[in-house]
Amino acid sequence: MWDYTDKVMDHFRHPRNVGVIPNADGTGQVGSLVCGDALRLTIKVNRQTDVIEDAKFETFGCASAIASSSILTEMVKGKTIAEASKITNQDIADALGSLPAEKMHCSVMGMEALEAAVQSYRNGGAPVVFEQEAEKIVCHCFNVSEEAIIKAIRSNHLTTVEDVTHFTKAGGACGRCKGEIQKILDKVNHVCSIPASAPKKYEEMTLVEKIKKIEQVLEEDIRPKLNLDGGSVELVDLDGHTVKVRLIGMCSGCAGAQGTLKNFIEKVLQDRVCAQLTVEQA
Amino acid sequence: MPKVVYLDNNATTQCSPAVVEAMLPYFSEKYGNASSMHNFGGENRHVIEAARHQVAQLINSAYDDEIIFTSCASESDNTAIFSAVRSYPHKKHIITSAVEHPAVLEPFNYLESQGYRVDHIGVDEKGRFNLEQLKQVIDEETAIVSVMWANSETGTIFPIAEIAKIVHEHGAIFHTDAVQAVGKIPVDVQAAGVDMLSLSAHKFHGPKGVGALYVKRGTRFLPYLMGGHQEKHRRAGTENVPYIVGLGQAAVLAQQRLKDGTMQKVAALRDELEQGILSMIGDVKLNGDPEHRVPNTTNISFGYIEGESILMFLNEFGICASSGSACTSGSLEPSHVLRAMKVPFQFAHGSIRFSLSDQTTREEIALVLKELPPIIKRLREISPFSTMK
Repeated sequence: MWDYTDKVMDHFRHPRNVGVIPNADGTGQVGSLVCGDALRLTIKVNRQTDVIEDAKFETFGCASAIASSSILTEMVKGKTIAEASKITNQDIADALGSLPAEKMHCSVMGMEALEAAVQSYRNGGAPVVFEQEAEKIVCHCFNVSEEAIIKAIRSNHLTTVEDVTHFTKAGGACGRCKGEIQKILDKVNHVCSIPASAPKKYEEMTLVEKIKKIEQVLEEDIRPKLNLDGGSVELVDLDGHTVKVRLIGMCSGCAGAQGTLKNFIEKVLQDRVCAQLTVEQA
Repeated sequence: MPKVVYLDNNATTQCSPAVVEAMLPYFSEKYGNASSMHNFGGENRHVIEAARHQVAQLINSAYDDEIIFTSCASESDNTAIFSAVRSYPHKKHIITSAVEHPAVLEPFNYLESQGYRVDHIGVDEKGRFNLEQLKQVIDEETAIVSVMWANSETGTIFPIAEIAKIVHEHGAIFHTDAVQAVGKIPVDVQAAGVDMLSLSAHKFHGPKGVGALYVKRGTRFLPYLMGGHQEKHRRAGTENVPYIVGLGQAAVLAQQRLKDGTMQKVAALRDELEQGILSMIGDVKLNGDPEHRVPNTTNISFGYIEGESILMFLNEFGICASSGSACTSGSLEPSHVLRAMKVPFQFAHGSIRFSLSDQTTREEIALVLKELPPIIKRLREISPFSTMK
C-alpha cells in the first residue's frame, strides 16, 4: 500500500481535464503500453500572447500517474509557454504534496509530456512523441537516455542508483545498466577517485605491491561488473607481465569467457596497472 | 470505512476463531518448554505430536515423523533446497520453474551465483508446465527439482505426479512448494510421489509464522537451522507450541472443508464472479488454465488500463484483491508469472487476481460485479490507448 497524499487521491478519484483538445496547438506523448505508463497531453495556446488557455490529458498508469497528469493540466493553464517550460518534475510532486520515492517517475513523465507538447506547439502543432536520443540510451528496458538520467540527477540532487531508478525507471528491470548509472552519478556529482601521488611504475614495484595493485583493480573496477551477471574472478598467479586468473560463478563456462578475459579484464588492467600486462586463464 | 470484502485469500487468510481459541492456552497458561523434563513442559510434547498427526493426515503422509515444523513456507523451501544440494555435493545441476515464488527462485539464484547450473522450466500461454522441457534438461547431475503444486497468481495446478515420476527416473530429489494447494485441493504426498513438500498455515485459516516441511522417510536430509535437538535434530529452535497447535487445528478444519463440499461452493462463487466479469466487460483476458486450477482463484486482465488504479478504486468499496502490475509489484516490471506466460503487455499491466475463501458470500460477489464495470469504464476513459484503438 502506497502512502499517497490526500491531494494525490483527490486527483486520482476526480481527475481534472480528462480528454483530448480537438485541433490542439500542441500534443505531447510519452511512454507506452510496454512501459506500463503513458501520457498524452494536449494544449490550446493563444498564438498572440503565448498563454496556454486549455490543457487536457489521457493517462495509462497507476494512481500517481493519473494524479500527476491531472495536476499538471491545472498547473499549466494560464501560464505562458515560457513559464510552463520551467515546470520541473519536483514542482509536480510538490503540487501533489509529495509522491512516494518509488513513484517519482510519474512526475518525470508529466514533465516529459509537457516538454513534448511545448515542442509540438513551437513546430506548428503536429504531435511530438517524447523520445530519448537513440545513440545515448543507457537503460534499454525502459528506453532511458543518459541525458534524461543526468537531468534527473541534477534537478533532484540524486546520489544513489536506487534514486535514479525511482525517478527515471532506469535500472528497474534487468538491472544491467546499474554500473553505467553509477558512472553517470559519479560524473555528475564530481565523485572521482583521488590518484595517488606519483604512482610507482609497475616495473619498480615489489611482487607484493604488484599483487596488491592488481587485486585492488580487480576489486574496484572488475568484480562489480562481473557480479552484475552473477560471476566473479580470482587472481591465481603472477608471472612477470602475465596475470593468471580464474573466472568463477556465472563467468565460468560462459561462452563469452574469452572475450571477458581479453576485452574487459585485460584492458582494464592495462589501463590501470601497466600497458604490457596480458591476462590468461589459469 | 466500508465493510471489507476480502478477495485476497492467496495472500493470506483470516485465522479462524476456532484456531485462535485452540492456540490461546499455550501462551500464558501452558507455556512450558516441550523439551523439559518436568510434566508441566513435557505435556506439551504430546500436544505437538497431536498437531503433527493432524498435518500428516491433511497431506496423507505415511508417518507423522515425516512432518517437520518450521516458521513459514519460505523457511521450508530454503531448507528443502539447501538440504538437497548439500546432501548430494557432487551434483551441480538444479531445476525449478519460471513461475515459482521468490522463496524458491532466490535460493536458486544464489546457488547459480555459486556455480550451479540452473534450468527454469517454462510454461505455455495458459501457464501449463512444459514436461517435455523437463525431460530434455534433467540428467544424472541434477540434485533437486523444485516445482510448485499450484501457482499463486493464476491458480494453475501443475502435474505433480508426472513431474515426480520423471525426476525419480533420474535419481533426483523432488520438492514441491504446495503453499497454494494445501487446503484448497486434495494433496496426497504418497499418491503424487513427492520427496519434500512445503506448506504454510496462514494460507488455510491458520496463523502466520508457522509452516511445515514434509520429508519422506529415506530422503537424505541436512538441517538448515542448526542448534538444538528439536524436531529430531532436523530443525533447531524451541518449539513454537501455540502456533504449531494452530497449524494442527487449521489442518483439521481444512480437511473437513475438502470433504464436505465447501470447496465446490467456493468454486461455484468463483465461476459466478469470473463469468460475470467476462460477460459484462470487453477487452478482458482470463489468465491461467481453467481446466486445472485451484477452486478459489481467478486472474483476469483488463486491457489498456493499469492494475494499481483498478485496485485503488476497488479499495474505495472495501474490496481487497491484488494485481500483477508493475506498479504494485515493487519492481518496475509486471509479474514474472504473467511474463513467463507471454501475456501481451496491454494485458499484463492490467491483471487482477481475485482469490476467494469459504467465507466469501454471494452478496460480496454481487457487489464486485456491480462496482467493477464502472471502474473499468472510468479508467478506460482516461486511458489514451482505449481511444487510440
